Amino acid sequence: MRVEPFDPGAAAGRATAGILANTLHGSSRGVVVDSPPGAGKSTLVVRAALELAAAGRPLMVVAQTNAQVDDLVLRLAAKEPGLEVGRLHSNDSDPYDKALDDLDNVRKSAKAGELAGLPVVLSTSAKWAHVKNVEPWAHAIVDEAYQMRSDALLAVAGLFERALFVGDPGQLDPFSVVGAEQWAGLSYDPSASAVSTLLAHNPELPQHRLPVSWRLPASAAPLVSDAFYPFTPFRSGTGPEDRKLSFSVPSDGSGPDRVLDEAAESGWGLLELPARRTPRTDPEAVGAVALVVRRLLDRGGVAVSEQSEQPVALTPDRVAVGTAHRDQAAAVRAALAALGVTGVTVDTANRLQGREYDVTVVLHPLSGRPDATAFHLETGRLCVLASRHRHACVVVCRAGVSELLDEHPSTEPVQLGAAVSFPDGWEANHAVLSHLAEHRVSWTP
Amino acid sequence: MPRPLDARALAALAANPGCRRRALLDGAGVDKSVLAAKLGSPAPFGQSQFAIVRGNSFEAKVKADGGRELLRLIGAEEPGEVSVPDLAAAGPEGRTARTALALREATGSGGWTLLDHPLLALEVAGSPVYLEPDAVVVRPDGGWTVVEIKSFPMIDGSADAAKVGAAARQAAVYVLALERVAARTEGARVAHSVVLVCPKDFSNVPTASVVDVRKQRSVTRRQLDRLTRIDEIAAAVPEGVSFDVAERSPEELAASVECVPHQYAPECLAACELAFHCRSRAREAGAVETLGRSVRAELGGLTTVGAVLAAARGEQGDPADPAVAALRRARSLRAEALATAGLPGGKALAGTEGPGCR
Amino acid sequence: MSLISMLARMEAVESGRAQPLATVRHRRLSERPLVLVPLTTAGEAGAPLGALVGTDPEEPRLLVVAQPRDRDLRFAFLADLAEEVLPYVDSFTDVVEAAERNEVDPESGKKVKVEVELCADAPQLIVPSRAGIEYVRLLGRSTRFRRTAEQDPETPFPAPPRVPLLGRWLTHFGERARVPGSSLLLAATDLLNRHWATGQSSLEDQHLGALLAWIDPTEGQPGAEAALRAEVGRDAQGQLLCPPAGPATDPAFDNRLLAPAIERYDRARQALGAAEDGEAADRGLGELHAAERELRRLVASQLKPTWDAVWRAVGLLRELPEGSRVEDRWTRDRWSFTGHRDRVTAGEPPQPRRDDAVTAASKLAAREQAQGQLEAQEALDDPLVLAGRRLAGEAFTAEVVEVTMAWTESKRPAPRPLLAVRTDDRPHLGEKTKVFRSLDGKPQAAEFVRHEEDGSLVLRVLDRMGRSREPAEGSVPEKGERISWTLFEHEQRVGPKLPDPEETPWTHGGPPRTDAVELPDAVTPEDVF
Repeated sequence: MRVEPFDPGAAAGRATAGILANTLHGSSRGVVVDSPPGAGKSTLVVRAALELAAAGRPLMVVAQTNAQVDDLVLRLAAKEPGLEVGRLHSNDSDPYDKALDDLDNVRKSAKAGELAGLPVVLSTSAKWAHVKNVEPWAHAIVDEAYQMRSDALLAVAGLFERALFVGDPGQLDPFSVVGAEQWAGLSYDPSASAVSTLLAHNPELPQHRLPVSWRLPASAAPLVSDAFYPFTPFRSGTGPEDRKLSFSVPSDGSGPDRVLDEAAESGWGLLELPARRTPRTDPEAVGAVALVVRRLLDRGGVAVSEQSEQPVALTPDRVAVGTAHRDQAAAVRAALAALGVTGVTVDTANRLQGREYDVTVVLHPLSGRPDATAFHLETGRLCVLASRHRHACVVVCRAGVSELLDEHPSTEPVQLGAAVSFPDGWEANHAVLSHLAEHRVSWTP
Repeated sequence: MPRPLDARALAALAANPGCRRRALLDGAGVDKSVLAAKLGSPAPFGQSQFAIVRGNSFEAKVKADGGRELLRLIGAEEPGEVSVPDLAAAGPEGRTARTALALREATGSGGWTLLDHPLLALEVAGSPVYLEPDAVVVRPDGGWTVVEIKSFPMIDGSADAAKVGAAARQAAVYVLALERVAARTEGARVAHSVVLVCPKDFSNVPTASVVDVRKQRSVTRRQLDRLTRIDEIAAAVPEGVSFDVAERSPEELAASVECVPHQYAPECLAACELAFHCRSRAREAGAVETLGRSVRAELGGLTTVGAVLAAARGEQGDPADPAVAALRRARSLRAEALATAGLPGGKALAGTEGPGCR
Repeated sequence: MSLISMLARMEAVESGRAQPLATVRHRRLSERPLVLVPLTTAGEAGAPLGALVGTDPEEPRLLVVAQPRDRDLRFAFLADLAEEVLPYVDSFTDVVEAAERNEVDPESGKKVKVEVELCADAPQLIVPSRAGIEYVRLLGRSTRFRRTAEQDPETPFPAPPRVPLLGRWLTHFGERARVPGSSLLLAATDLLNRHWATGQSSLEDQHLGALLAWIDPTEGQPGAEAALRAEVGRDAQGQLLCPPAGPATDPAFDNRLLAPAIERYDRARQALGAAEDGEAADRGLGELHAAERELRRLVASQLKPTWDAVWRAVGLLRELPEGSRVEDRWTRDRWSFTGHRDRVTAGEPPQPRRDDAVTAASKLAAREQAQGQLEAQEALDDPLVLAGRRLAGEAFTAEVVEVTMAWTESKRPAPRPLLAVRTDDRPHLGEKTKVFRSLDGKPQAAEFVRHEEDGSLVLRVLDRMGRSREPAEGSVPEKGERISWTLFEHEQRVGPKLPDPEETPWTHGGPPRTDAVELPDAVTPEDVF
């Protein structure tokens, strides 16, 4: 039997064509699209929006944060400058990105009525929820639908006839600050994700997935797919030879340099510090993260990829540091500042969702911890941190996490009827760790 | 006479997998209840006879009518003839062999079979552990499903999540044991969802719910693999240490127990017979875990109450350590707030007179 | 657990006594709470064994089910419970004050103020522990769908007249208890744990006896020692010195004392039933009464220590002054109580078994809002709670070192004074981060402008300074003032209005069925034991 070589472009094209056909010409009220990290979700949203607008269907777009809304507005305007777009915003001060003011065909208002009749109106789900007494839109696109809570969808679903729901099921689940156990197992559990409620009530809706990650390199896609998306696997759009990371300054033999070389070579690097119980802002680990970033920039990193003919210098804006907690991010920022590094993004997993960089340096959520908690074990957190990079990911961690996971008590309550997320964070963490172990470099400053 | 492990004990390992003391005592089949009593901290566990009677009568009711009622709960439209093979045999080896044979026959039969209290064996740390699920159902397509019968109620489709969790972990052990048999049985497949049968609402009428135990199964499998490390733990125990609860004096037993490190956390109180003993030791040592596992998270390398308080008061500790610095800030903010409110730093309110739990 | 509470726990370990976690009381304590201490039968849902209930610590009413499997005796228990709870609840329904509520006029669609009644006070139930709250819900669920002979003459096992109404009220109390900061139904353990830190874990703190041993110990006995005695101490008969606070009983009590006593009762009943002459019947009756008395004594012996413990907890909490914003939350409780009173009066059916999509979503929204409100109010009421927020970088206390007047650049300039403030706290301030202080009980907003080189912070005051060019008297902080600022808002924003249930969208299954009446729980022969 001859195995057809996998053609990522063709596979992605077929998927997109199917989604657009369902959305524009299908008979169902909703279409659901699962998109793994970097699979072109935003491109799809923009394309679907333009085609719906071209077909004369009044469209509302629901995203979850103002930054996401603004980003979509900018992308729409870049693709189709002539299209009239409405940006519905809140009454707060600075409610939208000032860059929108430069766009001629983008109208901004805090009142939905003033944007009526525009082919496309975009806003956050929180703002849409306050829109009342208007003609429903023929179509909606709900972006980041897996990060939207069921009750938020309930508040806006009356505004549209049909909708395209797009999102990444592997990222952080929505949560509630108060207990919602009493509704666990109900199809419309208000604290569950919008998609789970939607599909529980409309199981017949067509479900698509984007099969190719254009962001993740060939070294990362199989791991991320196996660990976080075992039932909906995906491939990388590029091959092992398409991406190259190299340094003009040779290694000085230190831990940071060696881990950078390992990551440049294999796509992954684990810089392991000696086992020790530490507070969250472990000064040594934070210092190691900062030093890795400093060396990364100092060594004249150059990235080769399918995106440009010429090698691209690894400048600070192409690098990000990911942490689990805000105080860790603050500590890393301070450590970077002390080393004179500016322009590198440092943020928590929550805020890095949807973002993309050439190289990421991750402070492992379980590094130095005395115990794992549900927060640190959340599958989505690790998935976000491990899937932001186009070339390489360096993880900084104290030794002993594998034992920590093994000693993690497993006595979770089980709610009847509630969907179980599997593999869970415990399992996924083990999978990622055992892979990283093959790219381990011991810390020697 | 060592006390054999059962599914409940195996499932309970997951409650504190880091505890070497528990792993060794369970692995060696020591009766921890007797041990705890001899050490002077008897386990407070017991079962009310009302609960036992009720549980037994409920299980009998579920299995009545030749298993047809149970199969209806499992979703068999019209189960037709239900085969309920006799699983009696001599000794545990005989019973497990009989169960394996019945499973094989049922799998090829193309009909519904109910195995009432089958006996399964699972090798744990080198010796067989015998497990007795309430029931296993073999479907016409060769699928095997574990059935757990519990007497806590399902009210309006939901049940006590802690109890369901415990049942799921127990059932996961059965699933693993069944998979050993299925591996040698053609056409067999063990479902990773189990059926939990409970009384419905406030009645004695059974109702069922399907519980996905993939997660519990994978955790338990990993814990069982780790149990092979019992040899390593045992190797570290000095010569002459014995847990013979019948022969040894309380002092000797206490000394033996001390040889194996524990990992006490308050959760143990609900899960381990030895917990009160370990708690008193942990408290004597001033371990911060006595206040809860999560307490450790912000303390870094500080592991005792004394060290934490000394660090907070500035008597010990490196001020550059973020944990120490945070403790000092916490202490001064707390003192400032208490002073604002006119409360002395350590005063608790005066008691009122009264009877009660005094 | 915050580092501050953790320190308090460790200080408690060291001193052997609980340490304060609050300087004021953060929950309403009614002048006349109804304490309910229930016990249930092991292994069976909805089979009560007994209860102590009442508003007078000296005069509890003892209710005992001599044979918990006897349906008639259960109903008698519930009827008696209803006779204690419902008159208490009713005593709050008639005393009302006039209040206004915003409603949407159905014709104009505009918001209008409507004059309505608001109960001047509300009932308050106190149970020993969280398990007690769960049990109140269970009792509510098991009784609210029962049918009385009046409702349905055909019903095979009619419930006593007021039992379904009891179920509706208990259900309401149980649901309200899920709202953060509410005080209609409280657990004594939760009340104590909110205000004191013991030298044990929060799991052990669920044991009322052990908790009190730390907070209110007898004559200098160290907390850990006294708590251990409360947890495991047993008398010569092997019975716990401090029985569990229920609703579950101690298995040793069940097996050694309760089971024989119930057996004796059963035998006496049988003998009475089998009596063939008056003399035997008299004898049987005497034996039955004796057996019943013994059961009442036994059940009371398990209940009374907990009853006293709950009142001790109430007494301890009464010594703390009430936080100033507790009243605001209690008013919400009164609205909740009044609302349910009106639904009962209007003849609405009992609460459904499960919420529909819209109800579930609005409850969740209301509780999230209440949670935010509670966190803000507790911090504003209590410097010790605020200290936790300061440590977390969510608030800071600062001294004003300089005030510079400035105005907006508009046709009618409004004051926007700049404050230079100095603090040792480390708030997480970013550019234009908003901060709030409490000015006459209302929030005044400012925004963070910059860090000065000397370490002070510059804030710009944004509102509440009146309409003129010159700020109103007292509305701008003065040099030397020490002010606490929070990064969190003091009042919660009102969430969006959800659709009416009959307009539930297709994504959530469409409108719920209206023809599906909640049927009473099926009564089966199996229920008769």
